[in-house]
Amino acid sequence: MHPARSVIFFTTASGAGYGMMVWLAVLAALGLLPAELPFGMVAFGLAFVLIVAGLLSSTFHLGHPERAWRALSQWRSSWLSREGVAAIIAFVPLGLFALCWFLLDRQGDVAVAFGILGAETVMFGIVGAAMSLLTMFTTSMIYASLRTIPAWHNGWTVAGYLVLGPMNGAVVLALLTAAFGYVVAAVTMQLAAVVLLVIGLVVKAFYWRHLHTSAPVSTAGTATGLGHLGKVELTASPHDSDNYLLREMGFRIARKHATKLRRIAILLGFVVPILALAGAFLMFGGAMATILSLLAWITCQIGVTTERWLFFAEAKHVVTLYYGEQAV
Amino acid sequence: MTSLPETTAKKLGLVVDLDICVGCHACAVNCKEWNAAGKSAPLTDYDPYGKKPDGVWFNRIHTFETTDDAGQGQTVHFPRSCLHCEDAPCVTVCPTGASYKRTEDGIVLVNEDICIGCKLCSWACPYGAREYDEHAGVMKKCTLCVDKIYNINLPEESRVPACVSTCPAGARSFGDLGDPESEVSKLVAARGGYDLMPEQGTRPVNKYLPPRPKEHHKGQRGDDGKAPRMLPHSDDSTDGAGLIARWVDKILS
Repeated sequence: MHPARSVIFFTTASGAGYGMMVWLAVLAALGLLPAELPFGMVAFGLAFVLIVAGLLSSTFHLGHPERAWRALSQWRSSWLSREGVAAIIAFVPLGLFALCWFLLDRQGDVAVAFGILGAETVMFGIVGAAMSLLTMFTTSMIYASLRTIPAWHNGWTVAGYLVLGPMNGAVVLALLTAAFGYVVAAVTMQLAAVVLLVIGLVVKAFYWRHLHTSAPVSTAGTATGLGHLGKVELTASPHDSDNYLLREMGFRIARKHATKLRRIAILLGFVVPILALAGAFLMFGGAMATILSLLAWITCQIGVTTERWLFFAEAKHVVTLYYGEQAV
Repeated sequence: MTSLPETTAKKLGLVVDLDICVGCHACAVNCKEWNAAGKSAPLTDYDPYGKKPDGVWFNRIHTFETTDDAGQGQTVHFPRSCLHCEDAPCVTVCPTGASYKRTEDGIVLVNEDICIGCKLCSWACPYGAREYDEHAGVMKKCTLCVDKIYNINLPEESRVPACVSTCPAGARSFGDLGDPESEVSKLVAARGGYDLMPEQGTRPVNKYLPPRPKEHHKGQRGDDGKAPRMLPHSDDSTDGAGLIARWVDKILS
């Protein structure tokens, strides 16, 4: 499948944004959400910017972005429509979460305040976190529901989206809490991030194993119905140059480098952040912990983007069976 | 509404006889001609007279070669178009309601006035029946010549899809596959008509008739009856890739 830049940016950016919201709610529930204005502005601000920028970029690849509102109408049958509805509904509790934090929990100019936050903040936070997870689930189901792409049509696709969003969000918050010097919140987020990075690595390992071990769903024989005549091979394509189908569904470059790109995704997306954040966790605060958290965030972002690019580029569509593939 | 109808009054569709098709592409050409002026007009072409002509077509004619265990080969020309599936996945994934299946005759259509061009329907279709129009920004697909088959201004014998009326070999038939007494249904029953990729669960309306068994006479035509050598299927060209993709390819190679 062709990896459209807008969709890669959308799924990674809004995934990280929703993931941050999940962890901000967890911090609020634990009474660890810093009440200071600068941190809140940066943390909530960044989460909202990532979510909104992601959603907006997903409309850029549309042929008619001005008609995007119509996509909210078919939630009864379409996961894409459900995603749009869930994303919009999620803004209500997430907005109230941020607003409550901002209005109700001002504790004056306390330099470092880990105040017990209001019950409303925690409640809206938890509802917002649930809606964030639901939105990520609907995103994953857009891909997992497509039987034409066996690489996506499985539970590991859903697990990947549900884990990698909160994982990425935890890595971002581990950096922000460390940078603002909230040691308890920082070590909590570093621990949470390391746990999710390990789970994320396991999920992706199982995803890739599934790709290699699962039997092909369709073959050139079933696509043409000529399988009973023996081996079926394409001798003449309908057209000499590329067409829409080959550009959109016949993307090939990644498979050549799949192993190398996977190594990059595993190393930068998971292994380096795990080591860096574990190191930061052991230091319990300090400038070095912040630097390690920054390293974790930068490498994780590159790794997750590579992973998402591979998720598209590695996935084969059954229509390629009409263009020379033997089995998908 | 992109939920599929429970039943349709008719199941209009095509029957393609792979034993007859000679791979002349006339169906694709006449399809293009009719539809470039009909409901889906314009059927955009990009760079039509240039080095890499490309565009939106509803019919694509492939040629396959089969080789059995004895090495005996057979050439089969294979027209590919929308199968107007009963469980059309392209319809249910549509977020806007632009993609729909008609309750009266089962034809799957796109309402181009509300299509947002998200392309998800083309991902959901196993058969590559949907082609995106870059200029119009909407998805296009075979309409079963809905503007021809009901057109009372045409003589009755012309009220069939363009691909059917033009086929010089008579390899394509049109009719109601929901009616077991129709000519097309009888043809399917007599010749063992089958579905493409039944494992995809789409329940296509269109059926394909298999090539009749061939008798191989070894050496009679000055060859051994074996399939010709296949063209190599290369998978690592970076032609047409974007700048970043080619740059990454260069670094990783």
